[in-house]
Parts: sequence; structure tokens; C-alpha cells
Amino acid sequence: MSMETMTSLQRVLTTLGHKEPDRVPFFLLLTMHGAKELNMTIREYFSKAENVAEGQIRMRKKYGHDCLYSFFYAPVEVEAWGGSVIYSEDGPPNSGEPIIGSFADIKTLRVPDIKQSPCLVKVLEATRIMKKMIKDEAPIIGVVMSPFSLPVMQMGFSQYFDLMFAEPILFERLMAVNEEFCVNWANAQLEAGATAICYFDPVSSSTITPRDLYLKTGYEVAKRTLARINGPTATHLASGNGLPVVADIANTGTAAVGVSCNEDLLAVKAACRSKTTVLGNLNGIEMRRWTPEQTENEVKSAIQQAAAGGGFILSDNHGEIPWQVPDDVLMAISQAVHKWGWYSKK
Amino acid sequence: MKGRVGMNNLLSQDFEKALLDMDQRAATKILTQACEAVEPIVFVEQVVMPALEKIGDDWDKGLIALSQVYMSGRICERLVDTILPPASPNRTSQPAMAIAALNDYHSLGKTIIYSSLRASGYELLDLGRVGVDELVRQTIEHKLRIVLISVLMLPSALHVKQVVERLKQQKCKAKIVVGGAPFRFDQQLWQEVGADATGANIADALKVIHRIMEEMA
Repeated sequence: MSMETMTSLQRVLTTLGHKEPDRVPFFLLLTMHGAKELNMTIREYFSKAENVAEGQIRMRKKYGHDCLYSFFYAPVEVEAWGGSVIYSEDGPPNSGEPIIGSFADIKTLRVPDIKQSPCLVKVLEATRIMKKMIKDEAPIIGVVMSPFSLPVMQMGFSQYFDLMFAEPILFERLMAVNEEFCVNWANAQLEAGATAICYFDPVSSSTITPRDLYLKTGYEVAKRTLARINGPTATHLASGNGLPVVADIANTGTAAVGVSCNEDLLAVKAACRSKTTVLGNLNGIEMRRWTPEQTENEVKSAIQQAAAGGGFILSDNHGEIPWQVPDDVLMAISQAVHKWGWYSKK
Repeated sequence: MKGRVGMNNLLSQDFEKALLDMDQRAATKILTQACEAVEPIVFVEQVVMPALEKIGDDWDKGLIALSQVYMSGRICERLVDTILPPASPNRTSQPAMAIAALNDYHSLGKTIIYSSLRASGYELLDLGRVGVDELVRQTIEHKLRIVLISVLMLPSALHVKQVVERLKQQKCKAKIVVGGAPFRFDQQLWQEVGADATGANIADALKVIHRIMEEMA
């Protein structure tokens, strides 16, 4: 007999309100695995909105997790800015040559029109289909790249650091156009039916940017951007460490923060308690070769460290589970949550 | 005549601080003053290399950020190029060595290690972003003895296995050293793909290169 007394959406909203729901909500942030479900190549799968919507519905039915994920792949935004996407048979599509070849290109950058960008229209269509199918049963999580992190794909990491440190005026100009795009893109997804937006911001992590610099850059960008997004947001550091800035991130107005498996989850939870929900932090890379026993132990340990009092969603540490993670590990995660995640059992 | 006397700790600390503050001017001033008293190679060995190693180590411990590691490497590379030009006989004698980003378009890790090794007196080829076929071809063509491979994505890390197998098929004995995010998150992965060693930062890279050079000697 099922012990569930809440829908996925109720469960997630309860934990976001820092209260304990019936069980620990868990997000399997699966993208490419939908292609396996539909017996397609990754490229074919992402070519149609219907495929992604169907893949998400099937995967939630199979694993019983608490969200649908309307994220296609990270370079979908770069594609809208005029960049290319390189498909792979065994991994996420990657961004091709940077669209900003020299700093001078920043002066002429124009914010892409979402309605005129077929790649983005496809994501919106997938979101609409998912919303029609799932209604209010489970949240649909949309994704944007933060204006502060998008330049890694627009111009490459090294060139972006050079810009940040040597060209403050052009840096501000790039942030301004990126912020405009990010707000438009997030709000379009919310209008299409997304419940919340995952704001991917790895460059703001302490792994990449020191806190004093973050406070002058990524923090200000996030505060301005999140204030204009018409729905709840979760900031994801995509494997980057966040403990030194987690209180600052909470002050940007975000409802949750995705943290790394390299961090002490207990310490992260203590720093976030009542301020922001913790999302994480199973090791997505190592997960590929977890045994069922190890999977159960990892899930149990994360729940023991962070679930008390709500404000916790179990997830991977990166925001995208690698293609190489087998179905039986995903199933074992689900089984472990359904074994150890009940609040009433404690 | 300039000596090979040791640099004092204070100087090393000031140099490291200049790097972490990303203050090229301060770093240049320290180098200029020091090289009036000692040979450039002494400054590289006793100040630049330890500073870069400590910075890499501190990043590993979560004490500093990647942007600081990157900028420190770039500043040191520029500075060392002025005192030890690429063809200088004072640069470290070493086996043929190259670095590449396998498949990924993200090359920050490669750039950091490349700059830091050059700033430590090594010369190495930068093969840029290459696929498996191209990396195997260049390894054979340049008769490389050490190949450093940097990756960001898990699929790219798994493709190292193909590089290793293809090189073995061609009886190439180049040592393969891997680094990058997937190897940091899964510490068994380097062995799974058949690499000879892995490194999480510049200090590891230097240690691994020294060890391989000793084994080759």
C-alpha cells in the first residue's frame, strides 16, 4: 500500500516552505535518458518537443520521482545566440565555436527574440505538452543559464576571465544583454507551464569565483535577474562548491540551491536552514558504477544529513545525470528514497 | 655575478599574494628586483613553482577559486617568458611532451596546466582541442613521451580509453596523464580508462612529470 499522502507538487512546495512533507522529494534530473526510453538517438530525441515531453512523462512513471525536467541541453541558449551545437552519441550536446570571437563582438550583440528561435520554441512546446499531461500533479522545472555563467559558452572560459578582469565596461555590457535574454527566456518558460526555473550559475560557485569578486559580479547579476523572473527559482552551482557563499545566494531571492557532492551536506544544510532549500548532492559521475548497496547507502546518508525539518530535495550534484548512469542505479535511488525517505517513520 | 642563493620566504609570500590579487604589476616588480640578485632559473624554481603549486593545492582545498588559479598561471607564464624565453638553455631538460583537450570545447584546465608548466620552466606542445584520431596521430608524429589530456565532460574522459588502446596498437609507449572534472569526481576513473597517472592540480602535474622522467631516465 502506498504511504504517499501528497502529490509531488504538494511535497515539493511543503519542503520549499521548510516543513516536512510525507517523504523526502527527489528529482532525477534526467535529460538524455529519455532517448533510451523512446529507443532513439540523442539527436533524434531532441529534434521534437513531443519526444522530450513523452520521455519525461515515461521516466517519471518509471522511477516515481517528483518533477518533470523541461531542460533539453545547455547549448540550446547558445544556439539561440547564433552558435552551433555538436551532438554526441553518448553525452549531452556540446556548444561549438564561441559566438564571441573578440571582445569587440560584445558591442554588437543583440538579444535573441525567443519567438524567432526555433530551438527555444521547441523547449516551450515541450513544456506546454508536459503541463497538459501532468497538470498540477508534479512541478515542471525549466532551466536558464545565468547571465553571469552563459559567457563560458558564448566566449570560452579563459577569454571570459580575461574580460572580467581587464574590460569592466564590456563585461557590464555583456551582463546587460544576457540579463535581458535570461529574464525573457525564464518568463517564457513560466508562461508555457514551467512551475519553477533552475538558474544554472556555476561561475558563481566558490570553486570558480572568490567570494569578494562574486559579491561584486554574479551576486549583483543574480539579484537583478531573479527579481524580474515571475516565478520561483532554484540556483544550481552545477558541481561547484557553494558553502562560502550559500548565505549570499539565499539573499539573491532564490528558493533553493543545488550543491556539490564534494561538500559537507550537514554543514550546507545548517547554513541554509530556514533560508533556502538544499538540492543535492549525489555524485552523478561516480553513480555510473554504484552497486545497489552503495546506492542505498548514499541515498540514506544524504537523507540523514539534510532531510530533517524539510528544506531538502534529494538530487544529483550537477543538475544533469550522465547518459552512462544505468537504469538499475536510477531505480535503486528511487527504491532507497521510498525505503528511507518517509518522515513519519522517523 | 648573480648567485643561486635562496629566495627568502617573505618574497615568496609577497609574490603569491600578488598572484592571488591578480596584480601583474606587483608580481613583475618582485621578479625584476629578485633577478637583479639571482639567476632567473633560481627565481622560477624557488618562487614561481612553489607559488603555483601552493595556489593549485589551495584550490583543491577549496580555499581559493579557479579564476585565481587561471590568472596566476597566465601572469607567471608571461613573466617567465620574459626571463626564460622558450629557447633558453636554462629551461628544464625534458622528454617530448604535449597537452590537449580531448573532444571538449572547454579548455580552461588545459590552459591552466599549460601556463603553469611553462612558467615552471617546461616546454610543451599545445595540441589544442583534438579528437581521438588526431591525438593519436600527433602523438606518433611528434614522438611524444608524455601526453597530458584535459577533459571536462564524462564522455570525453571515457574516450581516453580509445586513445590508450590505439597508441598501444601502434606500439607507442607515451605515458598518458589525465586531468579534469570527471577524474576529480570519480577517483577510480583514470585507472578505468587505462591512463598512467592523473593529477588534480599543477602540483600533481609536476610530481607526475618528475616521476615519469625518473622512470624514463
